[in-house]
Amino acid sequence: MRGVRLTAGLVALGLGLAACGSDTAAPGGGPGTPAASSIKLGLAYDIGGRGDQSFNDSAARGLDKAEAEFGIDIKELEAAAGETDAQKEDRLRQLAEGGYNTIIAVGFAYAPALKKAAADYPDVKFALIDSEDAQGPNIANLVFAEQEGSFLVGVAAALKSQTGNVGFVGGVNTPLIQKFEVGYTAGVKAVKPDATVQVKYLTQPPDFTGFNDPAKGETAAKGMFDAGADVVYAAAGGSGNGVFKAAKANGRLGIGVDSDQYNLPALADVRDVIITSMVKEVDVAVYDFVTSVKNDKFTAGSHVYDLKAGGIGYATSGGKIDDIQGKIDEYKAKIVAGEIKVPAQK
Amino acid sequence: MGRFSVRSVLLGLVAPVGALVFAALVCALILALTGNPPLDTVDAMATAAQRPRTLVNSLNSATQYYLAAVAVAIGFKMKLFNIGVDGQYRLAAMLSAALAGAAFMDGVPPFLRVAMTIVAAMLVGAAWSGLAALLKVTRGVSEVISTIMLNAIATYLVSYLLNPARLAENVPGSNNIGTRPITEGGQVPGIDYPGSTSKIFGLVFLAVLVGVVYWFVLSRTRFGFELKATGLSESAAVASGVSVQKMVVWSMLLSGAVAGLVGMPQLLGSSHSYSLDFPPGLGFIGIAVALLGRNHPVGMAVAALLWGFLDNAANALDVSGVPREIVLIMQGVIVLSVVVAYELVRRYRVRAEQRDVGRALGRTKTLEEVSA
Repeated sequence: MRGVRLTAGLVALGLGLAACGSDTAAPGGGPGTPAASSIKLGLAYDIGGRGDQSFNDSAARGLDKAEAEFGIDIKELEAAAGETDAQKEDRLRQLAEGGYNTIIAVGFAYAPALKKAAADYPDVKFALIDSEDAQGPNIANLVFAEQEGSFLVGVAAALKSQTGNVGFVGGVNTPLIQKFEVGYTAGVKAVKPDATVQVKYLTQPPDFTGFNDPAKGETAAKGMFDAGADVVYAAAGGSGNGVFKAAKANGRLGIGVDSDQYNLPALADVRDVIITSMVKEVDVAVYDFVTSVKNDKFTAGSHVYDLKAGGIGYATSGGKIDDIQGKIDEYKAKIVAGEIKVPAQK
Repeated sequence: MGRFSVRSVLLGLVAPVGALVFAALVCALILALTGNPPLDTVDAMATAAQRPRTLVNSLNSATQYYLAAVAVAIGFKMKLFNIGVDGQYRLAAMLSAALAGAAFMDGVPPFLRVAMTIVAAMLVGAAWSGLAALLKVTRGVSEVISTIMLNAIATYLVSYLLNPARLAENVPGSNNIGTRPITEGGQVPGIDYPGSTSKIFGLVFLAVLVGVVYWFVLSRTRFGFELKATGLSESAAVASGVSVQKMVVWSMLLSGAVAGLVGMPQLLGSSHSYSLDFPPGLGFIGIAVALLGRNHPVGMAVAALLWGFLDNAANALDVSGVPREIVLIMQGVIVLSVVVAYELVRRYRVRAEQRDVGRALGRTKTLEEVSA
C-alpha cells in the first residue's frame, strides 16, 4: 500500500516537472550555437576529470593549449564512478549529436563505447587515449610506451641509490600501472643487477582511490624507507604527494610521474626530494591530434608515443640528476636504437 | 472508520510527495546559488527523458538497481543490514563470467549455459553472504561489520583472480584485463527499442520475476511471515516458535543469492566479460533504492527507475553546461528527505492514533453531542 502511494506521489511530481519543462522552450546556449571555427571539440574524461592532478589534467592541458591557439569551441564531459559502457557510449553520442566533430575519449575504459559510437558517426574524428582496442577509419589511437620512460627513471634511481634498495609505489594494480613497474624494475636491474626493488600497490581495482590518496602513499613509502629503500618511484597520481612527503621526512628521494612534478605548484613544499619525473605527455598527444584535424591531416590508427617519437621522457628540472644525465641518455639512445627492448609485461 | 482511512491515505501521500518537493526545492536552491538556472536544468532533464537512448539506459540501470535493492530489502525486512551486496555481486559476476566464458562452455546449449551462469552467480553470492550469516549465528559477529569487511576481501579476491595466470586474459591492445569473453551462445539477447542503438536488457524480465517472487514470499508464505515477525520483534517471534538463528541464515543466503543476480543483466546483456570497467558500487545504490522504495516491491521499482533516470540524465546535464554532480546531490537529498519525511509522518500518525484512542476511552460522547 505504501509503495502504491509512493508511486502516486512520484507520478504526480513527474507530471509537474514535465509541465515545467515544456514551458521553457529551447535550452539556452549549449551545443546548439554555431561555432566560430570549423572544429568543435568534445572531450570525455575518465573518472576524476579535470583537476585530478594527473592523467586527466594532462589531457586538459593539451586541450587548453589548443583552445588558446585555435580559439575553438570546446565541451568537456566527465565520467562518473561506477558507470557502465552504455553511459560512456551515451556521452560520446551526445557530443556527436551536439555537433562536436572532433571528440577525444580519455582512458582505455572508453574503448568498447567508442567502438560502437564511432561507427555511426563516420564524419566525426575520434581520438582514444591509452587503447588500441577500438579501431576504425575515423579513430586515432594515442598510446604511450610508459615502460620506456619508467626504464630511464629506474636507471636514475639505481644510480642515485646508495643502499642498492629502491621502491615502486603504484596507485592501482592495473595492467597500465604494471607497465610502469616492469619498465622501472628493468631499468634498475640494468644498472645494478643485484639491486632490490620493493613494490607496493595502494589499492586493487575497482577501488581506484589509490590514485588519489596521499595518506596511503605516505604509509607505503615510509614502509619502504624503513626497509632500507632510499629512492621511491611514485606512479600513483595524486597519492604521489604522500610519497614525497615521506621521502622528505626521512631524508630520502622520490621520482614523480606523468608530468614534470618538480614544477607543479601543488608540490612546491616537497619538490626538493623529487629528483626526476617520468613524463607522459598526454597533453602533447591531445594537442597533436587537434592540430592534425585542424590542418586536415588526420590519420586513423595507432599513434605510438615512445622515446623515439617523443611524448615519453624524463624531467631534469631542479638539477638533481645533472651528474648522471649522460648515463641516462646513453640508455635512452640504446632504447631508441632498439638495442634495449624494454618489457611491458611481467 | 471512513474518516480515519482518508486521513491514512493522505498521510501516506504526504511523506513521498513532501520529500520529493522538498528535495526539488533544495536542488533548485543549490543550482541557483551555483549560478545555474534551475529551469534550464529541468528543461535539460525533460529533453533527456524524451530521448529513446536515455530511456533504454535508464531502464537497464534500473534493472540492476532493482535487483540490488531486493537483495538489500530481504535483509532489511528482518532488521539485518546486508551491506555486503556490493562484494557479493562483484565476486559472483566475476566467477560466473569466468565460468560462462570458459572454452568448455562454448559447446553447451545456449539456454542451459545461461541458466548455469545465473545459478552459479546465485550460489557464489549466497556463499559469500553465508559467511556473514555463519559468523553471526556462531560467533555473534554483527553482519554490518562482517559484510563490510567481506566487501574488501571480495575486492582483493577478484583482483587476485583477475590475472592472466588465473581466470583472466589481457584485452589485446588495451590496458584492460578481463575474463574470456562469453561467446554468443552464452549471451542474453537484448530487446530492440525504436530510435535507440542501445538495447533493453533481456534480463529485465528476471528483475520482474524476482520482484514478484519477493512479493509472494513475503506476503503469501509462512516463511515470509516469520521473516517479518522476526524483524518486528525478535522476542515475540521466539515466543511463537520461530528459530531466529535459522531465519538469519536463510535470509542472508537469500539476500546473497539475489545479490548474485545484480551483475547478470550487464554481464550477459552488454559486457560479456568481467573486466576492470565492470560497474562497481551497485550494492550501495541498492541500499539507497531499498530505503527510498520502503522495501516494497513496487516502491523499489519506482525508486530504481527514478535513480536510473537521474544517473542517465547526468550526461545530458553535463552537455547543457550543468555540472553532473547535481545528480548526486539530488539523489542524496531525495533519500534523506524521504527517510526524514516518513519518520515525521510516523510520529504524527502515532500521536494521532493515541489521541483517537484517548478520546474513545476518555468519554463516549463529545460535549456537543451530549448537549445536543
